[in-house]
Amino acid sequence: MAAVDVAGTEQYNFDIVRKFTIMALVWGAVGMLVGVYIASELAWPFLNFDSPYITFGRLRPVHTGAVIFGFGGSALFATSYYVVQRTCQARLFGDGMASFTFWGWQAVIVLAALSYVMGYSQGREYAEMEWPIDLLIEVVWVTYLIVFVGTLMKRKQPHIYVANWFYLSFILATALLHTFNNLAVPVSLFTLKSYSLFAGTQDAMTQWWYGHNAVGFFLTAAFLGMMYYFVPKQAGRPIYSYRLSIVHFWALSFLYMWVGAHHLHWTALPDWTSTLAATFSIMLLLPSWGGMINGIMTLSGAWDKLRTDPIMRFMIVALSFYGMSTFEGPMMSLKDVNALSHYTDWTVGHVHSGALGWVAMITFGSMYHLIPKLWDTKMYSEKLINIHFWLATIGTLLYITAMWISGIMQGLMWRAFDDFGNLQYSFAESVAAMHPFYAMRAIGGMFFLTGMLLMLFNTYMTIRQSNSQGSKLEVNPANAVA
Amino acid sequence: MFNFKHEWIEKNVGLMLIATMIAISIGGLVEIAPLFFIKETVEKVDGVRPYTPLESRGRDIYVREGCYLCHSQMIRPFRDEALRYGHYSLAAESKYDHPFQWGSKRTGPDLARVGNKYSNDWHVQHLIDPKSMVPPSVMPRYPWLMTTALDYSDMAERLMALRQVGVPYSLTQGEYDRNVKDFGAEVAQTLHIPDAQKNLIAQAQAGNFDGDRSNVSEMDAVVAYLQVLGTMVDFSKYDNDEFVKFR
Repeated sequence: MAAVDVAGTEQYNFDIVRKFTIMALVWGAVGMLVGVYIASELAWPFLNFDSPYITFGRLRPVHTGAVIFGFGGSALFATSYYVVQRTCQARLFGDGMASFTFWGWQAVIVLAALSYVMGYSQGREYAEMEWPIDLLIEVVWVTYLIVFVGTLMKRKQPHIYVANWFYLSFILATALLHTFNNLAVPVSLFTLKSYSLFAGTQDAMTQWWYGHNAVGFFLTAAFLGMMYYFVPKQAGRPIYSYRLSIVHFWALSFLYMWVGAHHLHWTALPDWTSTLAATFSIMLLLPSWGGMINGIMTLSGAWDKLRTDPIMRFMIVALSFYGMSTFEGPMMSLKDVNALSHYTDWTVGHVHSGALGWVAMITFGSMYHLIPKLWDTKMYSEKLINIHFWLATIGTLLYITAMWISGIMQGLMWRAFDDFGNLQYSFAESVAAMHPFYAMRAIGGMFFLTGMLLMLFNTYMTIRQSNSQGSKLEVNPANAVA
Repeated sequence: MFNFKHEWIEKNVGLMLIATMIAISIGGLVEIAPLFFIKETVEKVDGVRPYTPLESRGRDIYVREGCYLCHSQMIRPFRDEALRYGHYSLAAESKYDHPFQWGSKRTGPDLARVGNKYSNDWHVQHLIDPKSMVPPSVMPRYPWLMTTALDYSDMAERLMALRQVGVPYSLTQGEYDRNVKDFGAEVAQTLHIPDAQKNLIAQAQAGNFDGDRSNVSEMDAVVAYLQVLGTMVDFSKYDNDEFVKFR
């Protein structure tokens, strides 16, 4: 118990940051493993093994839930709690509440995964959790907001640092989206099954307003917050342009909320809505690239670090993928391009160039910076970081290249006509043509997963090394989690 | 140039909270709220009715198994899709769908109008072993649908929940009469909640969807659902350009 008392008097609450950091890596490994498995199911369907619990349809939400909310979510809790304390020079507000967000959030991830394999799903992408889990998320999230804002109010600096704007915007937007997209009526108080409040067109619009902003705020704004702290720290230079960060913060927050309907081009959603969404999607290119430029240019004058520092390499490659994905996105939101790309693997590839290339890579970079600080030691092996970097980069490239080819091929095969004006290919023929690319995608995923496992190992060894050295930070029982 | 200083927001959490809330609320308000009020959003069209109890249970299983992750139910207004799948989907055709199942990916083909395209036997065989009907298929096999008895003990509660979110299942005589007026007597009968279980068994018996009348299986429900998809609107009654004006 003595260690707990020491933690209580520390200047900062790093205990909670350590817990979330470890769980981010664990969920990353689990989520990516499930991802590789379901990718393999599409390439080699016998892997479904005639078991209801592991069919593609039930495992896919397990994959998305574990990587977005388990890996991404835990990484955001960890880094936001770290950044807000460091930049405010204040201890986290409410140790008990912060601890509740940890256990509550981990419970959400576990319960969600279990409910999916048991066959409980709201049938809404990335919001498959049924109503009791949704309520738990709501409580955890409001607590998170209180902890975060409470800490901001305790700050010893007059200014709120820019990274915190992004984190705050992400917390608010996620609360808003989660609440309205999950309005549903349960069949009874004793069953998980519920029916959504909205139907058809309105339901579709609400879901994709949520769906795209899960990308926009959960997977972008928040990770920009991460970027705004860890890139300048690692580079040892101030952020390139403060003015640019102001402009692109407000533009990004405002514009993102309009673009969800580009997921519904050419559907029964009225034209005015999807046209509006396409227009805003194109405008969104500007603030997105504003963020990318601000991040990459922070390195100007220190470009040599790219040769020597694998952590910096992670960050810069992450920003490059961010720039590429946020160009590809607006392009795919053009109705003519969308007519070809929608419903195909191109969309899946686009998501992963953002998710693997940007979200995961900026997280890896930030965590490699963070972990030695949290355990007051050096990373166990710099060489493993470098190998991880190459595995992640090659894995991402294999993945998105496979999906570009298969996606565009699919789209072209579906709309091909023969000389007599009949459809040239049956749907089944397009499925057969996908096989080599599904295999290639699974292999790309395996590369990425291997890198993730190396990171887990590297971190485990780092913590062990810190424990045996006996660090001066008086390491907490948090290590028991590992 | 102007007196506003961004610094004010940077130094005041309350101001930052409010400003951010405003910035992130406008898009959703402008794009979502009008869809509930603009009448043309959902076309007026004959034939669209709520699902029968058996079809509705089939739909629950469709959602449970995550079918929407590989199959869309939304045909776009393109020539190739018209040839492959049929008339483009109308908003009205999913107006009783809680949740909507338009999907976002076609690892398998669109199912919006799969109803009546194949026989019941074809569907049963295909769900048990997709490769036996479509050799290159990558769809998982669903043999347990055939061997699992359908649980319809809470059929009435399910329809009650759907009624609460706005689907016109009837509970009272007044609601029943309204349904007779809106959908005809035959359909209105299938939407009456007090008769839900009776109606479900009767439809499974009459339709014999899984080829085995001795019990009601999950297969019965899924096939009944698939066979009604996209069949409610009779497009021969409408002019080719009728629905363009709603887009």
